[in-house]
Amino acid sequence: MPDSVVQMFEAVPPALAWGLGGVAGTLIVATLIMLALPVLKPSGDWTELRHRIWSWWVIIALVVVAMAFGWVGVTVLFAAVAFIALREFLSLAPLRREDRLIVLWAYLTIPLSFGLIVLDQYGIYLVAIPVWFFLITPFLMALAGQTRAYLATVATITWGVIVCVYNLGAIPLLMRVPAEEAPAGAAGMVFLLLLATQANDVLQYCCGKLFGRHKILPTVSPNKTWEGFLGGWVLTAALIWFLAPVFTPLTPLHAALIAFVLPLAGFAGDVTMSAVKRDLGVKDTSRLIPGHGGVLDRIDSLTFTAPLYFHLLAYYALARY
Amino acid sequence: MHSPDTDATRPPSMLRQIFLTVLVRPFVQVVTGMDVIGREHLPTDGPAIVCANHNSHMDAFMLLSLFPARLLHKVRPVAAADYFLANPALSWVSLNLIGISPISRTVARGADVLAPARAALARGEIILVFPEGTRSKDGEMGPLKAGVARLAEAFPEVPVIPVWIEGAGRVLPKGAHTPVPMNCTALVGEAVAWPGDRPRFMAALRARLDGLAAEAPPQHWAA
Repeated sequence: MPDSVVQMFEAVPPALAWGLGGVAGTLIVATLIMLALPVLKPSGDWTELRHRIWSWWVIIALVVVAMAFGWVGVTVLFAAVAFIALREFLSLAPLRREDRLIVLWAYLTIPLSFGLIVLDQYGIYLVAIPVWFFLITPFLMALAGQTRAYLATVATITWGVIVCVYNLGAIPLLMRVPAEEAPAGAAGMVFLLLLATQANDVLQYCCGKLFGRHKILPTVSPNKTWEGFLGGWVLTAALIWFLAPVFTPLTPLHAALIAFVLPLAGFAGDVTMSAVKRDLGVKDTSRLIPGHGGVLDRIDSLTFTAPLYFHLLAYYALARY
Repeated sequence: MHSPDTDATRPPSMLRQIFLTVLVRPFVQVVTGMDVIGREHLPTDGPAIVCANHNSHMDAFMLLSLFPARLLHKVRPVAAADYFLANPALSWVSLNLIGISPISRTVARGADVLAPARAALARGEIILVFPEGTRSKDGEMGPLKAGVARLAEAFPEVPVIPVWIEGAGRVLPKGAHTPVPMNCTALVGEAVAWPGDRPRFMAALRARLDGLAAEAPPQHWAA
């Protein structure tokens, strides 16, 4: 192996290496179960589960490679994720023929926002989309001259950009925190966010499958149950509580606060995107990720947990922001 | 203008193979994020006729991206000679990189415009045809020309596979020059069997394409 690659891995904080190892170990167990299931219960159809687990391997490989390249790698990865998520959203949302070039304009928020993070312009980042994009876009759409469904379309496009671009920007922002501000570096903080958010999704799903009886929001998300929601909440909160001292500079009180609210935000993101999909009449936002659906299906919770996690950390613990 | 019958002798080109796999495929993925529904219906070898709706220049690139690299040398979009062979540069790209089989849209009565397509099928190739004969207005499928029925009649055992392309007319509509990335879906249907006569064939093909369109996700303008 070239020395530069060795150095890249030697630079990984031990806690993060253990964390990633733990995820890989969990996935190895899941993979073994998946390989055993067709033998134990040949009547079942395990294709979907198999696709889902293989996709998890790919997702984790992408995150590990991105983190190995530091904040640049993570910024590039999430710029790509934001692009695909926004493309999925704007392709399904009801837009008008006249909005074609506005869609191109909306993509420009990705190089703009992520570029501002690269240039360390946090103050401008905070207002670039919620103030300036929100003012200029409706004006440009007015210039296009089509007023039918104008207001609804402005709301659709701006909401999509906030969810898919602005909220995900919290992750590269966290990566710009100096290593000495967190016990396992900036990547450790991002790791806990990604782990807790995805664990919440998986644990809610598993608790729902095992114990689900009472539907929680039948008109929006008929498969979600109170048992799944509460089980995921308690288990994810415990996970965050135990890992917060390892990966974040939070005091126990503030760690408890994040442990309490982050699973709620994940549930909220999941349910909100379910409502959007139900309105649009689609089950998945695309078929890009086998067994999962689209990128937006995979990151729906993350679009809510990322800004919450970032702002609580910034408020209570990070000198940089 | 090149004579359409020169393409029969053109050898499979490595340049075209590289162009289609290294440039076209990633471009289609970034700009259309193409999802494929019904991939199992795609022909695994030639000869075959693939029939798709036509709203955009993206259509041919998307259809070419449906096939594995090892089959690409057999896959040929049938494209209008008056448009794609209009000048030497476009003509070179169309013939050597995209690998079109040119078809004349302006020809004297009695001339056999389908001869190159028929020859391609006889060589065992997969031809991609747009029976509308032109790019329709975005979001619509125009009347289908019966040339494809004459091909199907001449080769009744060759599968005719319908493909509905949803969304390409938004990425690059007729008359536009800037592609805008938006998700698209290619829905591949079951082969249309030769029913014995052309009118029934055309009706079956249209019904199959309409059926696929009804299954597509709402990747079209709301109004």
